[in-house]
Amino acid sequence: MSEPATGISRADVVHLAGLARIDLSDAELDHLAAELPAILEHVASVQEAAGDDVPAMSHPVPVDNVFREDVVTPSLAPEDALAAAPASDQQRFLVPKILGES
Amino acid sequence: MTDLTRSTADELAQSLAAKEVSSVEVTQALVDRIGAVDGAIHAFLHVDADGALATAADIDDRRARGEQLSYLAGVPIAVKDVLATRGMPTTCGSKILDGWIPPYDATVTAKLKAAGLPILGKTNMDEFAMGSSTEHSAYGPTHNPWDTTRIPGGSGGGSAAAVAAFEAPLAIGTDTGGSIRQPGALTGTVGVKPTYGGVSRYGLVAMASSLDQAGPVTRTVLDAALLHELIAGHDPRDSTSIPDAVPAVVAAARRADVKGLRIGIVKELGGEGFQPGVQARFTEAVDLLTAAGAEVVEVSIPSTKYALGAYYLVMPSEASSNLAKFDAMRYGVRVPPAGVDDPSAEQVMATSRDAGFGDEVKRRIILGTYALSSGYYDAYYGSAQKVRTVLARDFDAAFADVDLLVSPTSPTTAYPLGEKLDDPLAMYLGDVATIPANLVGIPGLSLPVGLADEDGLPVGLQFLAPQKADDRLYNAAAALERLLEEKWGGTLLSRAPELEVVR
Repeated sequence: MSEPATGISRADVVHLAGLARIDLSDAELDHLAAELPAILEHVASVQEAAGDDVPAMSHPVPVDNVFREDVVTPSLAPEDALAAAPASDQQRFLVPKILGES
Repeated sequence: MTDLTRSTADELAQSLAAKEVSSVEVTQALVDRIGAVDGAIHAFLHVDADGALATAADIDDRRARGEQLSYLAGVPIAVKDVLATRGMPTTCGSKILDGWIPPYDATVTAKLKAAGLPILGKTNMDEFAMGSSTEHSAYGPTHNPWDTTRIPGGSGGGSAAAVAAFEAPLAIGTDTGGSIRQPGALTGTVGVKPTYGGVSRYGLVAMASSLDQAGPVTRTVLDAALLHELIAGHDPRDSTSIPDAVPAVVAAARRADVKGLRIGIVKELGGEGFQPGVQARFTEAVDLLTAAGAEVVEVSIPSTKYALGAYYLVMPSEASSNLAKFDAMRYGVRVPPAGVDDPSAEQVMATSRDAGFGDEVKRRIILGTYALSSGYYDAYYGSAQKVRTVLARDFDAAFADVDLLVSPTSPTTAYPLGEKLDDPLAMYLGDVATIPANLVGIPGLSLPVGLADEDGLPVGLQFLAPQKADDRLYNAAAALERLLEEKWGGTLLSRAPELEVVR
């Protein structure tokens, strides 16, 4: 990979917005395409900080896997879980069709 | 007659225990204060006067019956709007959660309720805690009580301003890169980010899961310790929660003795880029510590120069992943695309997220999506995670030599509203001193240490301690607080301008 910091274009932002599922307007795309290169240039300094021998840290305080006994504990009632849903039907979340027209 | 709104939480707890005052009287005084000044401050997104007064009446009743109560029972509190509160709106400062009423309590909320603290309401914040000024709230900014044309800091500007404006003696904040400590510095209040894992994140709407931590926002170090002790502790519902006993923070705050402590000034967090008045008050405060018997040395944390870059990769990466749950299907607003018959779930998701998220949230989601995408992951997210390792090694080396580290909390005092709104990089640079603690999971405390000569606005000093040694922060900060107040002849906040009171 070569010079990733300088490689972000408006077309890249369009692609990223699609991956992130945000329907950005043309004005928003223009704005981000102008802004992101400067931010990326600044953060790209991290690439010079550590060599291959340095392990990555995903988490600041080491913890082991956490298990509990496999017993039933109280959970949300269906009506509580559904109370904030934009739409529901027969104790289920009602969603738009999953597959688009092709 | 004492103005109950000016009392510290510790004073209120003592008066309540002695039955010199009732929780209903205290709560009503604060509700009245909110009504009188919050139009100008806008610290609150939601005020629950009825709920708070009902809790207060219940506590008064139980106290009258001789029930054994928590020390802070009946002392009102404000809660940042990023923590789930059952039956009370929780918006995270975002339009996408407009009107959401959580069906459950965050563990922090549950602890406050179990201890009988009346919850006054939910405080304003940058959307999903993304910002350093509270200007990114979808519901309008919070104003600094010292000068209402200026920012209160962020993201927890609402909690800090509520406490500074005497609308609440206590508040809960959350700190991902400085969102408790920087508003504390800019409003002349005390703010503490505990050790990562010290306070449960269950029910804290996540921005960056490996960085987020809830903590106390107060006017005194002892009040912060009392609140810390109440909200901290192991929680089986948060798998990153520390199982050890909570550090003895209240005892440390009462000890307040720096004699014999070794304190390191972080060389890289000061000097160039720091406002002269900030640097001057910081240096004077350090001199007080020396005079009180601390041994002060200069230490170097060389990798701090990479910390900001690492933070602005790790945080957006984790945020872009965490915020994927706002898909307009189970909760949150659903905005179908205009002019599309029978749209797909994906189309509805994309238009809902465009309508529901603000500019800064979109900026960080796109940045995080980029940093995590195939071909760039190693160069960005991978490199940033390595910086965390290098930074942790640097801090370990420093703490092998000193008990505590100090720096200014923020390079500047509170700036005018709007000044950095269109320059995200400039705003990010304001977090340079607070971010390292989040990346390595150590605790930090910001204490007000005076007013800058050039603008008369509050300056904060930050103490940093090793992981799980939160008590060291409270000991040293309480000592410095006492030395400063002896010098000033009162609290710093007693010098804040009186707010215009609306009747």
